[in-house]
Amino acid sequence: MAHSNSHSHGHEEIGHVVPESTFLKVLIALLVLTVITVLAAQVDLGKWNIVGALVIASVKASLVIAIFMHGKYENRIIWTYILIPFILLAIMIGGIFTDDPFRSHPLPFGAQGQQESAPAAPKASAHH
Amino acid sequence: MSAVAHPIVDHNVPPGEPPHIHHMDTPTAYGAAKLGMWLFLGTEILLFAVLFCSFAVMRYYHLAEFHDASKHLNLWAGGFNTVILLISSFTAAVAVTKAQKGDNAGVVKNFGISIVSGFIFLLVKGYEYSEKAHHGMFPFVWNSDFYHYKNFLGLYFCMSGLHALHVVIGMGLLYWYGVRPAMNNRFSGKYYTPVELGALYWHLVDLIWIYLFPLLYLVG
Repeated sequence: MAHSNSHSHGHEEIGHVVPESTFLKVLIALLVLTVITVLAAQVDLGKWNIVGALVIASVKASLVIAIFMHGKYENRIIWTYILIPFILLAIMIGGIFTDDPFRSHPLPFGAQGQQESAPAAPKASAHH
Repeated sequence: MSAVAHPIVDHNVPPGEPPHIHHMDTPTAYGAAKLGMWLFLGTEILLFAVLFCSFAVMRYYHLAEFHDASKHLNLWAGGFNTVILLISSFTAAVAVTKAQKGDNAGVVKNFGISIVSGFIFLLVKGYEYSEKAHHGMFPFVWNSDFYHYKNFLGLYFCMSGLHALHVVIGMGLLYWYGVRPAMNNRFSGKYYTPVELGALYWHLVDLIWIYLFPLLYLVG
């Protein structure tokens, strides 16, 4: 095969070539973060456990998107495509949690006058 | 046409390499394919987003049950699978670099490792599922003692099952669009789109697991 004739500045024909050593560093970082997640979960921090776990997971996800998936080298259009689903997810979760928990009923989908549609719902919860 | 393609082409054509007529098609097609892939990955994320929302709501209302139920998952199996998926994601990323350098044997080797890793992942997953079935914590064989775990376990099986399906599909993609053409020396620095798109899909599978593992196995 003919060699690529433009070796200028590490860019080549159509995409960005990421050296394998970079991927290896990211892999090590991901493994270390995994160990940290597992260890952090052994300590009881109350509701901060899940916050910490999600923050670490998001750091890992950012590493995967930015380096493994070449996100760092992509243009704005692709970044728009990357971010929109996460924004929609945030809106969806935000919408749910600014609505439902502030209603007066103690259990989901039941009680408190609105619809009588869930009398058979299991009552296995929220008694602790 | 050029209105959509232009910024992508601009970004991807390296300095010193003007988009000649017969070169123009390759980067354009490459950019368009990649954009389409990211759009598809976005829909995949939204597919799982619904389940993550359900998980958030159910966890909010059944916190104690979620904590207890998640302790019944096999942390070692989940942790092992996490490591396996991270390594397979690494080799998938390396395969793209190999393809860009025209090293087709490297694509076969690295995607091969990813596919074998996917297989190991599924074996471990199958072991975990059979363990759950054995203890009556599995759809169709529920033991009534675990009735209060159903909210958690139902979501666990939906999320991990849908994820496992993606592992199977990803293995197929890596083979059909990566390994097989690479065995025919199909890829070079000028053409490696299928390798990159296949790797993107595989990374998505990894990405989703990165969130599933702590939510299901660790914090419940």
